Formats: sequence, C-alpha cells, structure tokens
Amino acid sequence: MDQAVVAKDIKRSDLLEMYYYLRLTRSLEDRITALYRQGRIVGGVYTSHGMEAIAVGYASALNPDDVIAPFHRDMGAFLVRGFTPGEVIAQYLGKQGGPTKGKDGNVHMGDLKRGMIGFVSHLADNMPVAAGAALAFKIRKESRVAFAGTGDGGTSRGDFHEAMNLASVRKLPVVFFCTNNQYAYSTPLRYQMAITDVVERAKAYGMPGEIVDGNDVADVYLACRRAIAKARAGEGPTFLEFKTMRMHGHSEHDAAKYVPRELLNAWQCKDPIICAEQLLSRLGYGDESYFHEVLERTKKEVDIGMEFAEQSPLPEGRETLVGVFATDDEVSP
Amino acid sequence: MTTATLAQEVTYIDAISQALDEEMSRDERVFLMGEDIGAYGGAFKVTEGFLKKFGEWRVLDTPLSESGFVGAAIGAAMMGLRPVVEMQFADFISCAFDQITEVAAKNHYRWGAAVPLVIRAPFGGGVHGGPFHSECPEGWFFHSPGLKIVAPSTPYDAKGLLKAAIRDPNPVLYFEHKFLYRRIKATLPQEDFIVPIGKADIKRSGGDISVITYGAMVHLALEAAELLSKEGIDLEVVDLRTLIPLDKETIYASVRKTSKVILLHEDNKTGGIGAEISALLAEDCFDCLDGPILRIAPPDTPVPFSTPLEEFFLPKVSDIVAGAKKLAVY
Repeated sequence: MDQAVVAKDIKRSDLLEMYYYLRLTRSLEDRITALYRQGRIVGGVYTSHGMEAIAVGYASALNPDDVIAPFHRDMGAFLVRGFTPGEVIAQYLGKQGGPTKGKDGNVHMGDLKRGMIGFVSHLADNMPVAAGAALAFKIRKESRVAFAGTGDGGTSRGDFHEAMNLASVRKLPVVFFCTNNQYAYSTPLRYQMAITDVVERAKAYGMPGEIVDGNDVADVYLACRRAIAKARAGEGPTFLEFKTMRMHGHSEHDAAKYVPRELLNAWQCKDPIICAEQLLSRLGYGDESYFHEVLERTKKEVDIGMEFAEQSPLPEGRETLVGVFATDDEVSP
Repeated sequence: MTTATLAQEVTYIDAISQALDEEMSRDERVFLMGEDIGAYGGAFKVTEGFLKKFGEWRVLDTPLSESGFVGAAIGAAMMGLRPVVEMQFADFISCAFDQITEVAAKNHYRWGAAVPLVIRAPFGGGVHGGPFHSECPEGWFFHSPGLKIVAPSTPYDAKGLLKAAIRDPNPVLYFEHKFLYRRIKATLPQEDFIVPIGKADIKRSGGDISVITYGAMVHLALEAAELLSKEGIDLEVVDLRTLIPLDKETIYASVRKTSKVILLHEDNKTGGIGAEISALLAEDCFDCLDGPILRIAPPDTPVPFSTPLEEFFLPKVSDIVAGAKKLAVY
C-alpha cells in the first residue's frame, strides 16, 4: 500500500493498534498450535497464520455496534472485539472460562453483546444470517452494518449465493467478503470454480466487488472502510475478495503436502506482519525495538491468558443437559 | 340463541391470519417473510391485506430461496426482531433444513444466542398435491434438539399456538394442516389468548382406548370415535398439539386410564412420531398396557398424486375402527 495514502487516510494510532492485534493474533495462535502439538487440545485447530491482516483490518474498520459473522480463520476479529487470550485458550481447552463453556470448541465461539455471531462449520451458513442482521438494522432504521464472510470454498455453496442475492435485492447494509486463500482443505481454486477471481461472483447479483490484498492490513482496512461507509449510507452491500494464502494445513493435523512448496515460499515474503512492519518503518511510526517490544507484550498477554485458562475448571458432565432452549430474558432487546 | 353462536365463526385459516395480525399489531418487532406473501397475500391467502396494513418492510416478499430467507430470519431474530417465516408448502422446508437444524436449533446451546423465530409450514395431504405439495416433514425435525414443534388441529389451537410460538424465545416450527384451512370453523374468544406450547389436549374423553394423534388426523379419530361408540367402544382422543416438547404427562395419564393405545399420524410410519411415543410407552407405561401398541400411519412411500393412490396412502376412519376392534378383544 502506498505510504502517502496510508499517512493521509489512516490515523497513526489506528495503524499501530492494528499492528498490535496482528502480533497478538500470531502470538495467541502460535501458543494454541503448540498446545495442539503437546496433545493438550483435542479436535481441530484452524489458524489464520499468514492471513491475520484480514480479520484485524476489517474488525478495526467497523463500529463497535456493528455485527460480525466471521470466517473460521478470523481470530483477529475476536481479539479486536475484546475476547481475551484467556477466554480463547479456555475455549480451545474445553474449559468453563471459554465463551461456550465447553459446549463447542476452537473458533466456534460468539457473543452478541460483543457483536460476534458464532461460527457454524457449514461454510457460508452465516452469510444469510448476517444479511438478516442487516435486515433488522434496516427495518429499525439503525445506522449499523453487518460484516460476514467465508472462504473460497464456501462461495460454492448455495447459502453464499442466496445471501448475496437477498442482500442485493433489498439493498441491505451488509458487507460480504471472501478470504481467498487458494485452498479449501485440499481442493485448489481451479477445482472449486471455473473463474480465477472470486469477485466475479458478485456481478451476477448486481453487487459491486473489489479485489483486496489480504496480506496488507492497510489495504484491507481502507477497502473495508469504503464498503462499510457505503452500506451505512444505505447504498447496499459490497463484496470484497481478500487475496491471500493459507500457510498452514487446513487444520494443524494436516501437513498440506498437496500445496506446492514454491507457492508457499512465494507467499512467505508477503507475511502480513512483515508487511506491516515495513509499512510502519517507512512511515516512521515504528522501528525494530518497538516491534520487539510489541512482540514481547503480546507474548506476555498470552502467558497471562494461559494461566487463566489453566485455572479455569472443566465443565461438569451433566452441564451437557443445560441450554438446549432459551428463556425469555435471554432474547436480544 | 347463545352469545357464542352470535359471534362470528372463523375458519382454521382465518384463525392463523388473526393471530398474525394481532401479534403484529401488538408487537412492532414481529414481521413476516416468505414467497408471494405481500401483494399476492400468500399461496393460501393467509396474509391477504397485510402488505397494505403493515408495509413492505414488515411483510417481506423474498427471492425463491428458503435457506437464504430462513437464515436471514435467524439473523433478524438474534438482533431482537420476531420474524415469522412462511414456507409456501411445508415440503419446501427441506431447502432450509441446514439453517433450521444447524443454525437456529444449535445457536443457543452452543453460544447462548436466543433465536425467537417462527416458521409456518402448510403441511399434509388430502388435497391432491402429489409428492411435493403434501408432505408431513415434522419427523425430520422431531429428531433435532433445540427446536419446538407444534401442529394445531382446530381454529382455537391454531390461533393460540401461533401466538404462543411468536412469543416464545426459541425457534418454533408451526405445522398448519392445509386440508383443514377452510373445512373447519369455530367461534373464538374476543379477548387475547394463547395455547401454551407443550400441552396436549383431550379432544374426546373415553375409557377404552387412547388414540394419540395430531393435525388433521384428530378429526378422523373423532369421527371413528362416534362410529365406535355405537358399538360400545369408547375412544379417548388425545391431540398432542405440541410435538416438541411432548406432553408426556397427559399422554401417560390417558394410557394409564385406558390401558390401550393407537398412535395415529399422517407422516409415514417408519421413524415417525408414533415410533417415539411407542418407545416411551414401552419404557414408562409397560405395566399398565393391556394390549399391543398399535400404529396407524401411511406406508413408507412418497405421497402419491392420483386419487385412488392418495386415498390408499392416507389413514382412513375405517383403519381406526378396525384397529380399535382389534385392540378391544384384549
């Protein structure tokens, strides 16, 4: 991203905060990956390694009362929305202190009070749901926006298309995104769709679309801000395609041998944290010692989170039976 | 003439419209979504005149996309609105199966988000609708924790259960039987009322055999009961009204009284509601049963179109009469 544009359009404090969240995401997910390798975490671990700029960028561009239906590689969005490393690690460990109290694992967490809609494994399921949240904002004439996305594979599902269509027909205040990280589990883009740019899909719905460098947090942030502003102004939905690369396997059990080495090497030098540091250096906002200080700070926060998660009790077996149905006082106002 | 007969009688379908109209007038969070429900007033005219009265943002015509608009209703519900979705025919609910069972049903359990959503689904046969306009799909959802399911058989229950469903903080599937729409009438109270979800109703009290049923089959059971009373067999007709949560108390009390059971439904036999109730009775009421548990339900085929085929498929009064006579000898 052109540094003159960044200097003009993004506040220094906002950019530094985004850098902090990139680092916090990486430090937290590195710890979670380590816990998985130690056998402490059972089940899937789907990281955003190498894609952190997307969730950090879009979550930073939203207002606190906007609603997010994240992709499953959007840890940064949870952190920007105030989920603590302790809550997140507790969630991965199936502890009471996690947002779902052990009812669900990994990034399958949500909290309406913090504007986070819980992820559903069936990819793209939450895209119509986000359109419905936007519909509620429109019906109530609220100045709020919904932000929802899926991966390249998820855009092959019907719910993606039904959501895009409904949102466009009714000009709903929603922004849809696709994290195009080239692979859906082991399936490369060429076997997922007969187009090379996912953004092409938006045309069929009369929806404006934009290709964004998903590894550049400034580019992500500014593209989201434009799309969000349009949605908030009543000009309808936008579709953003974040181009990026999945640098780890689908889940941490997956060595991803089906991904060509040279492809990973080519993307390695576009690591979003390195890109952000280069940008901050060029702008004179930060130097090596500052970057090191942020890294150490985020590692410490993850250590504190780890302590919280360790101390958090596991749920009692009989908690299984609690919560199938909601009570009247649990409905959103 | 009593005051009751002076009051206007309403059909089953009018009762549904009244419930929607009254709830929308009472609570501005309530809004409707579905195919052709606006200017056209719905395939069965349940929402005729609603567009004019409530405006296009409370009576939303949707694209033809059941999964999409059920998903959207879930999102709106989580934001604090009270959506009521119309399936044009219950058969089409299969397109939204994933949103209902994976998103609506599990959100509260997984991460504490209440989904106060109602899906109205006109179901059932006897109207020559064929395999895609006659289904009874309640069995699919009966197995999904997190959903409530109701199926009224009378105008009173239709109105009261729809109001209760709209006021409930959970996803409720409301199966309205389209064969009953304009065939039955009743006089309803003028004042606001609900029929609580989770309460069965004894539609006819009797001492010999309990017929446990719901939807249009309730009327078949009542007809059979009249015929059998002339032969000295006294049927009790238990109208479940709610399928989830099942009113075990009322079911068990009836079975303990009569000691004989017929489970009657219009959904096909295998894995249906009757199978579950049969298992419950075997587990919890075995000691009071004086005969085998009898199920009367259609065969395991799609609902056929041609008149003789559909007549063969659907349970008949004569099936209930024959079943009751078989049980009476025990």
